[in-house]
Amino acid sequence: MSPAFNPGSDTSDYVLVEKFCLDKYRFSHGDVVVFSSPSNHKEKHIKRIIGLPGDWIGTPNLDDVLKVPEGHFWVEGDNSVSSLDSRSFGPIPLGLIRGRVTHIVWPPQRMGRVEKETNQRPLSSLQDRPGFY
Amino acid sequence: MVVGSLKLWTNLVIEGFQKSLSIAKFLCLLHATNTYVCTPVTPYGPSMLPTLNLTGDLVLVERVSTWLGKVDRGDMVLLRSTEDPRKVVIKRIVGMEGDTVTYLVDPKNSDASRTCVVPRGNVWIQGDNIYNSRDSRTFGAVPYGLVEGKLFWRIWPLKSFGSLHEKAKEDS
Repeated sequence: MSPAFNPGSDTSDYVLVEKFCLDKYRFSHGDVVVFSSPSNHKEKHIKRIIGLPGDWIGTPNLDDVLKVPEGHFWVEGDNSVSSLDSRSFGPIPLGLIRGRVTHIVWPPQRMGRVEKETNQRPLSSLQDRPGFY
Repeated sequence: MVVGSLKLWTNLVIEGFQKSLSIAKFLCLLHATNTYVCTPVTPYGPSMLPTLNLTGDLVLVERVSTWLGKVDRGDMVLLRSTEDPRKVVIKRIVGMEGDTVTYLVDPKNSDASRTCVVPRGNVWIQGDNIYNSRDSRTFGAVPYGLVEGKLFWRIWPLKSFGSLHEKAKEDS
């Protein structure tokens, strides 16, 4: 997730994770979330949400376009070169999310809000549909 | 006279505060128990017949085993739905990671069966009533991280009061 977190090999960021979002499972594109790994429930990953249910995602390395199924989401790490994310293990069930990252709390020079970056958009999104989730 | 009633008021307020504090402590303990230890659940739906009735059952779900990873084939578990994370469903674990599962795809209409291997970190779940159950035969193996609790005791109806531990019935 460089450079949003741990931009150098010597820094180790501490972040604040909020769990109020788990009440209604209401997320937006660009949210950074913590989720249990689909292949090992003891591991947790932090990635950014790129696609929500119903979105179409383009996967250049597979030359394919796929639709994110109901109840699932598509994540990618900011550092796409070295990131194990939905491009490897596919869309993930929303039930695996454990919280949303809102702030970096340590080290002091990097304290602040974690911004929702939406420069990586899905090909087509249902976000504008009223009453979505 | 005024000083007397002020003292009475103070005592009442202190007593009220202490009682509220003990109620708050009790509710916190109840919430912690429900979330991390054991909770009652009223299942409904036909997918676990005949083990669980359509409605009206009351079962106890414990969360300690799932947290420790001590869940195995044949256990009935509570898990978050892969199709809507706001819903929680009850199914039986038929296969653990690495198992080869053979299942009837659509037993109401055909005899076709399929075989597949359960990926690492996932479980294969099926309802006991395979004729009317949306489970892994429809949406595939589910990550273990979605499993939230294991059913272990039925409270209601009283004639079925008792442990829910039993081995899974063999699927032909």
